[in-house]
Amino acid sequence: MTAFIVRRLTATLPVLLVVAVFVFLMLRLTPGDPAAILAGDAASAEQIERIRASLGLDRSILAQFGIWFGNLLAGDLGESFYFKMKVTELIGQRLEPTLALATLTIAIAVLVAVPLGVVAAWRFGGWFDRALMGFSVLGFSVPVFVLAYILIYVVSLKLGWLPVQGYHRLADGFWPFLAHLILPAITLSVIYIALIARVTRASVLEALGEDYIRTARAKGLSELRVVVRHALANAAVPIATVIGIGVALLIGGVVVTESVYAIPGLGRLTVDAVLARDFPTIQGVILFFSFAYVLINLIVDLSYVFFDPRIRY
Amino acid sequence: MLAARALALVAAVAVAGAGAAHAQSDPKVLRIVPHSNLSILDPIWTTQYMARNHGYMIYDTLFGTDEKNQVKPQMVETWTVSPDNRLWTFNLRPGLEFHDGAPVTGEDVIASLQRWGKRDAMGQKLMTFVDRMDSPTPKTFRIFLREPCGFVLEALGKPSSNVPFVMPKRVAETPADKQIEEYIGSGPYIFKRDEFKPGDKAVYVKNAKYVPRKEAPSGTAGGKYVYVDRVEWNLALRDAQAQVNALAKGEIDILEQPAFESYAALQTDPGVQIVNSNPLGFQYMGRFNHLQPPFNNVKVRQAALAAMIQEPFLRAQVGVKEFYRSCASMFTCGTPYGSAKGSDIQSKSNLKKAQELLKASGYDGTPVVILKPTDLAAIQKLPDVAAQLLRQAGFKVDLQAMDWNTVVSRRAKKDPPAQGGWNMFLTAWVAPDIWNPLTNPAIGALGEKSWFGWPSDETIEKLRDQFARETDDAKKKALAEAIQARAFEVATHAPLGEYANPLAARKNVSGFVIGPGNIYWNIKKN
Repeated sequence: MTAFIVRRLTATLPVLLVVAVFVFLMLRLTPGDPAAILAGDAASAEQIERIRASLGLDRSILAQFGIWFGNLLAGDLGESFYFKMKVTELIGQRLEPTLALATLTIAIAVLVAVPLGVVAAWRFGGWFDRALMGFSVLGFSVPVFVLAYILIYVVSLKLGWLPVQGYHRLADGFWPFLAHLILPAITLSVIYIALIARVTRASVLEALGEDYIRTARAKGLSELRVVVRHALANAAVPIATVIGIGVALLIGGVVVTESVYAIPGLGRLTVDAVLARDFPTIQGVILFFSFAYVLINLIVDLSYVFFDPRIRY
Repeated sequence: MLAARALALVAAVAVAGAGAAHAQSDPKVLRIVPHSNLSILDPIWTTQYMARNHGYMIYDTLFGTDEKNQVKPQMVETWTVSPDNRLWTFNLRPGLEFHDGAPVTGEDVIASLQRWGKRDAMGQKLMTFVDRMDSPTPKTFRIFLREPCGFVLEALGKPSSNVPFVMPKRVAETPADKQIEEYIGSGPYIFKRDEFKPGDKAVYVKNAKYVPRKEAPSGTAGGKYVYVDRVEWNLALRDAQAQVNALAKGEIDILEQPAFESYAALQTDPGVQIVNSNPLGFQYMGRFNHLQPPFNNVKVRQAALAAMIQEPFLRAQVGVKEFYRSCASMFTCGTPYGSAKGSDIQSKSNLKKAQELLKASGYDGTPVVILKPTDLAAIQKLPDVAAQLLRQAGFKVDLQAMDWNTVVSRRAKKDPPAQGGWNMFLTAWVAPDIWNPLTNPAIGALGEKSWFGWPSDETIEKLRDQFARETDDAKKKALAEAIQARAFEVATHAPLGEYANPLAARKNVSGFVIGPGNIYWNIKKN
């Protein structure tokens, strides 16, 4: 197992290297001049040129890459052109809101979707099953921002139960922290509830047709124990896989939700950095995301051992 | 079952309580959604308006410009001018102190003016007149001019970017092409560097030691009284609908620049007021690239100017009739240099006239590349209107969509449009940036040293030079009119009308200061 983890982590290095080179080149070759953006509307060409030199953008692409890559090897992602802060510090500031939102979203999605999927499979073809399938289609189809505005209108503006926007850090109190996350997490979780519920239903349905289920029932086990202990447990691997994919997608997919609910997370930082052509921040965030994806995939792979003892690494 | 219900009830009460607590309005904390993100904290290094507004929070100025556009003393108590207009002596008022407790001295002022004079266009112009500056006593500074200059006070009281803010000498000695790293001023608020999170929030607290002037606040002049303990800029809330929702719920107190589409909803909210604290507002502008065909031909530019009548731009972009007006002046209507001189080519034009002018210009069908920003709601409809009007006049138009920052990057390129250049872009200016022939970037005609578009015209430059030297107000006005007439004649750019973008605030907020930008002293929250 340890050898497997080391091997997988080592394998991430070439992936990160390719990502680093690709992102670096892509940013330099696409239109957009950070110096002109930083200078402001009334700046002269001379001022822009001075700013470009101060950012090191007047050097050759190869020289710029050499400096950036050298710093990267030393663990330094550089300083943001736009925010004048260390990129690692910026990512650190924005990590908590995104992680908190992603965690609560996945928690809601799993806690709601897995039971729904199991019940739908158990009552295959019945009204509950058909209703869940209908909800799934709706969940996939409704744009996140539409759902967000509906929830804000009803829950925040009409009922006054929850705040409209913003983020409170956990260190500032648990309830304000939770209150500011509930609506965004519900908004974001709907699509994952739809996805996970469908996969759970399909997996459990398949398991329910297996011989060991018939045996369990013949032994006189309760239906709850048959479904949960035997069917769901054996259907766990594909469900864990889809949850893992969901987490990975979620980290990069929070942009709209963060915008509508004014959550200062990594999604918003990425958009700001792209719009401002803040090369060091874009490079840093993408590298961070790449590493997070690799890590999540690794965790999902390791979780298979827990769900299916036959799997060995 | 009972336990589950109890748990649900506790959770619901707690969550509702948290929401209500958040919506509660602390009268000592002013929560503002500014018009953009704050990223650069050096208002001399950049001309960005957010940096300027940040500057007004923490720095003070030697002079201010009141709501009637008159320059009034601010940090300066008294001043004298020698009979030959070449020696200006200024005395600072007592009680001026930086946030670190050090007194403000003439040395600080001189270092600040020197740095500003390297960055700001008007400052650079002023420095061409300055022989030297000195500070004979800690509370006095002098400016020695090589020859009389007609805009010393206008420059020192310049209300918009770059504003000559006064910083401690050690900070102001930062090279002009490097951003400052210490944010200490002597203004009415203190910047909380430890709470600043770019893209999230910026926090300012009241400077209890600040001694305001006795006069009533007006524009950037007068007493800067502070009635709140803390001002929080919400930098994360940038979705237009979410901003309206947050204001309706009382989670924010002031929305600096609502989207025009939001006014209808805001006006029906009984808890919200619309306040136009900047009545001079903004001016839209279409800029021609004078270096590249077809706009390197003055007759083609005149035809385009004749086609670009203002009303369609204003109707499409602003839409709310009460917030816009046509204006024939390049220097903002209602200001000392505002006039209609020479504007007939545009203001009394029509499509037929534009077609005739274009036909007579020898236009060869070269497509006009217009840069269209898709992500800047305040100006994104202007390029579509320009394209349509130019097409109707007989131009071939290539409307290219991109984000605003690509426009900003691309407009700096002097190359032909096929190689990444451009022919026209459209933008907006706040009134103080364009209300004077020396500050208006679009009027400058020094060729490739000018602002993007790079017009070249000796007559304009000679007139601007005379304007800079002239000390008589009536003569300055006449020169400004002559400059404008010439600018229309050579079609430096097309003014496209003026608009206001009033702020929206909760009704318990009062004391807004009328002025050229967003300034947050004198505000009370009940």
